[in-house]
Amino acid sequence: MKHIISIRDLDRPFIDELINHANHIASQHFNANSLSDKILALLFFEPSTRTRMSFEAAMARLGGTSISVGSIEASSMAKGETLADTIRVVSGYADAIVLRHPKEGAARLASEFASVPVINAGDGAGQHPSQTLLDLYTIQQSLPLDGIDVGMIGDLRYGRTAHSLAYALSLYRSRIHVISPKGLELPSALIGELRERGTEVIEHEYVEDIIKELDVLYVTRIQRERFPDSASYFDVSSSYKITTELLEGVRSHLIVLHPLPRVDEIEPEVDDLPYARYFEQSRNGVPVRMAMLQEVLK
Amino acid sequence: MTRPVPPPQGLLINPIKNGTVIDHITSGEALNVLKIIGITGTTTESVSVATNVSSGKIGKKDIVKIENRELRKEEMDRIALIAPRVSINIIRDFKVYAKGGVERPKFLLGVVRCPNPGCITNAHEPVSSRFEVLPNGLHCMYCDWLITNDITGHMI
Repeated sequence: MKHIISIRDLDRPFIDELINHANHIASQHFNANSLSDKILALLFFEPSTRTRMSFEAAMARLGGTSISVGSIEASSMAKGETLADTIRVVSGYADAIVLRHPKEGAARLASEFASVPVINAGDGAGQHPSQTLLDLYTIQQSLPLDGIDVGMIGDLRYGRTAHSLAYALSLYRSRIHVISPKGLELPSALIGELRERGTEVIEHEYVEDIIKELDVLYVTRIQRERFPDSASYFDVSSSYKITTELLEGVRSHLIVLHPLPRVDEIEPEVDDLPYARYFEQSRNGVPVRMAMLQEVLK
Repeated sequence: MTRPVPPPQGLLINPIKNGTVIDHITSGEALNVLKIIGITGTTTESVSVATNVSSGKIGKKDIVKIENRELRKEEMDRIALIAPRVSINIIRDFKVYAKGGVERPKFLLGVVRCPNPGCITNAHEPVSSRFEVLPNGLHCMYCDWLITNDITGHMI
């Protein structure tokens, strides 16, 4: 039984094959009834728009059915049931479980109690492997994944997408350039680990210092809930913004990615530039998640 | 005037008849070793502790002698987390019955509490903490947290 819990569990051949599979799906090479006898349980203990809808869309495109808890407040979880029990119960209703939970490690725990495959759709500040896979998928649509220069800007301390992507890129010998406001730097333990794995991680104070040498710019949102008050949030959140002026003179093949939702890290005028790929990235969630569902349900 | 009596030479703690002698503990870690093996102010074992004793092997060392208790293998291996060079002698009738070093365990199950308050192992769930022992620290196998210092402080 195959679970997809953390990008750390996946090796390069698996990721490459999954990306290839998603490429096939995107070019309409898939059986629209391949999961017609399967039921997917969506257990979302935290709000989600894109991840939840794209998993539902992915399941529907493959002919499968999705079931979900209407609202957590009205469920047995609100009555104090453990996640372990919920997972054991739901395993009896569905052929696979997609889980989003506020606690880190929740999906790992779920995989230990489930009798069906579990896909992690985000656990607290921890892992979100389907996002990382679709990030890699979007990059490889334009560029090779090997040996590129990837800039990451924003909240690199708490942003789980940045952690997972940095880790995944270390499988591809890419150089990682990190630019973040003070206090929101990539955790030093992770930087150490990436360097130990042979990845070059270069810290920059200003994005202008490096933007012309980048192949990919990965922008993340500053999470408001991490700040004690609005003033300190606005101080930090206004410290960087991707604008059309900033992008003047960059490499012609640069792609700008963002896991969305954005607040004002990227000004709307950038959307019309050829570099902007974040909406395409979001759309790519469907073929990548279709490939993941076929992988765990095959 | 009388000639001053020279101070006694050698260790100031007596040999034990039965029990365990933990030798070559990293200097200053003796009390943490006791904590790891669950010896507190409320337990009944007779324990002798020597700290900062000269050692040809490691410069300064600590020694712990516990009477009438033989350490189990998993207790010995836990000690390796903070004092990898200890040697442990099991004593029976004043003689060394068994002697050996310790091995750092590869995994720790229910030994250390994850310091990450957001970790699922700190929620009300029927699981024990699980850590992988790496050269640079302890890695939580649920939330990926890395404990790099004060391992004893996180022990359950």
